Amino acid sequence: MTSREILSETRDRIARAANVVRRIIGVPDYDRYVAHVHAHHPECAPMTREEFIQQRLVDKYSRPGARCC
Amino acid sequence: MSKVLRAGVWLLVALGATGALARLALTRGETISAAWLLTAAVCSYAIAYRFYSKIIASNVFALDAKRRTPAVRLDDGRDFVPTNRWIVFGHHFAAIAGPGPLVGPTLAAQFGYLPGVIWIIVGVALGGAVQDFVILAASVRRNGKSLGQMAREEIGPVAGLTALVAILGIMIVLLAVLALVVVNALKSSPWGIVTIGLTIPIAMLMGIYLRWIRPGRVLEASAIGIVLIIGALYAGRWASEQPTLAAMFTMSGTSVAIAVMVYSFMASVLPVWFLLAPRDYLSAFVKIGVVAALALGILITLPPLHMPALTQFTDGSGPVFAGKVFPFAFITIACGAISGFHALVSSGTTPKMLENEQDARMIGYGSMLMESFVAVMALIAACALTPGVYFAINAPAGVIGTTAASAAEWVRTAGFTLNPSDIEALARQVGEKTLLSRTGGAPSLALGMAQIFSNALGGSAALALWYHFAIMFEALFILTTLDAGTRVGRFMLQDLGRHIWEPFGRVSWYPAVVLSSAIIVAMWGHFLYQGVLDPLGGINSLWPLFGISNQLLATVALCVGTTVFIKMGKAKYSFITLLPCAWLTIVTMTAGWEKLFSPEAKLGFLAHAKVVEGQVASGALPAAIKTVTDARRMIFNDYLDAAVTVFFMVSVVVILAASLREWMSVMRGAKPVVSTEVPFDAIPVPGD
Repeated sequence: MTSREILSETRDRIARAANVVRRIIGVPDYDRYVAHVHAHHPECAPMTREEFIQQRLVDKYSRPGARCC
Repeated sequence: MSKVLRAGVWLLVALGATGALARLALTRGETISAAWLLTAAVCSYAIAYRFYSKIIASNVFALDAKRRTPAVRLDDGRDFVPTNRWIVFGHHFAAIAGPGPLVGPTLAAQFGYLPGVIWIIVGVALGGAVQDFVILAASVRRNGKSLGQMAREEIGPVAGLTALVAILGIMIVLLAVLALVVVNALKSSPWGIVTIGLTIPIAMLMGIYLRWIRPGRVLEASAIGIVLIIGALYAGRWASEQPTLAAMFTMSGTSVAIAVMVYSFMASVLPVWFLLAPRDYLSAFVKIGVVAALALGILITLPPLHMPALTQFTDGSGPVFAGKVFPFAFITIACGAISGFHALVSSGTTPKMLENEQDARMIGYGSMLMESFVAVMALIAACALTPGVYFAINAPAGVIGTTAASAAEWVRTAGFTLNPSDIEALARQVGEKTLLSRTGGAPSLALGMAQIFSNALGGSAALALWYHFAIMFEALFILTTLDAGTRVGRFMLQDLGRHIWEPFGRVSWYPAVVLSSAIIVAMWGHFLYQGVLDPLGGINSLWPLFGISNQLLATVALCVGTTVFIKMGKAKYSFITLLPCAWLTIVTMTAGWEKLFSPEAKLGFLAHAKVVEGQVASGALPAAIKTVTDARRMIFNDYLDAAVTVFFMVSVVVILAASLREWMSVMRGAKPVVSTEVPFDAIPVPGD
């Protein structure tokens, strides 16, 4: 393997690990949402990143069960 | 692995669990290593997970990898998202683990380590983990329905409404008691106030960064946030060393209480992206980091437990909170053994994320075992302190007086030893003016953690930094629960109030938002303020109230679980949920009864009110109470606490009665045995 390949593989791994961490702490997954809309509702325009994140956060902190004691 | 070998390994694990438990139980008069406690816990967890949770997964629910989950069927890219099980595990654990499992075991250490250890281990295996798992599996089978919805649909409308009102009541008591823990940790501590105060602008800075500077770069913002809060730790030390600044930031309990209320109100009406969300990310990192570090620290140092297995306070004469070991050990330790609040998480976001319903076992049962392990570590940290130091920190001033000499004298009469100059030196060593009567559990836990951490890293010179790091961690945790909880409470209140006056329910109408937030803060704020003024420390009356309410919610969840079992035609397995349900009913009812009617003024709300009434009538005032108005307020609060206790007890009875009726009519055949599950929907096999 060339050093460039090693570098790009490491970068991939870091990106994947970062994604896992993001989802564990509950960051809204915008890319997945957009992919879902394109795949299943091609006629609809997805929300912008800002709208999506705002909508997810408001929803998260508006019902019991988001966190515990 | 061959069958015999496997059986042999499990036999060894079982021997490890029983051997370690026996060693813990039979030790008298000598210190014992924390290793025994860790062994007992880990081996018991392994057995419970492997065998007991297997019965629930296979025999009761028959969890099937081929059955499509709500996340798969209803995938909408937002709520319902099929997610890898390790991610769901982490997410679920971060949501259920809060300050509860840290504080409860610390307080219960007044009975010695043994009652706490037994209840944490047995309670989680047969109660807490069962509840979390059963509710999660039931919710997954019902498109991710919430606990309130399931109570209404499975048991009936009365139980559903009672559950909703009870959840709001529990939130109020929970927020009040957690706020009191923070207030007690931060009062007259300039270092703590400055550090925690700085976390607010740090979170706002993260919010701005995430909104405008680098939108969506949460990990970057969190990394910056973590560096900044470590800076805040040093800033706090610096401020506490400047006489003028130290004086400025030395706040009384009442001022800290008001500051906490104002903060929570602001956090609940400000936009979420500005303060709440960034603070939550930061808190999640710190939480997972500290739990891992604590586990590592305990493993490296294996501290000896200086607390005896049982203290003489099992008879109810303890200074930390009133009441005998039964039922109060089981009320004091809720989170870590069984916590009803988890049922809300298990029927909230988590069921909408499972990609395979068999993951429910690992996520529901498994993460609760993890939380239980956190409780065990908190117990170790508390019991690693010498009993003298533990009681000097956790006993209220009304009991041990206000000087090191009076505290040492009290400790001596209790049969332990404490050198007055030692506790003063210890306070200086951790950068505090005093450690006496810092009730609420947070300071003693912080000291225990600081000793473990500094033994593992940094030595005694680092004790002060570790202590304030631990205080910051607990306060960060609790403030996150307070602001998120106030906001959730506001939405629940608006939802209930909508039926009375429609505009009150409009979530984007500013006057309604401000009004409902103010009502929620006023409700928990009242209990908080009363707790701060209470000469017995407030924790004494509030923590049992919280425990009773939390166990009430667990009773609701277990009733729902039992109903689900019976309607699935699995009535013969209903012992699994009925056993903890019956135990919690006995515990909450006994504890509630004693809090109401005990003739001891220290324990019973009504008896206490009567004593103070007598004192007011005769012109004398209770110790540490200055005016008749204050004494009258104290009497009012006793009656209020009594009323809240009655409310929780009546709720238990209502829900139990409604459940029993439902169970009987299904068992007698008056109602058909029909499960309300979404019908089996198989994953299409490729090629079909």
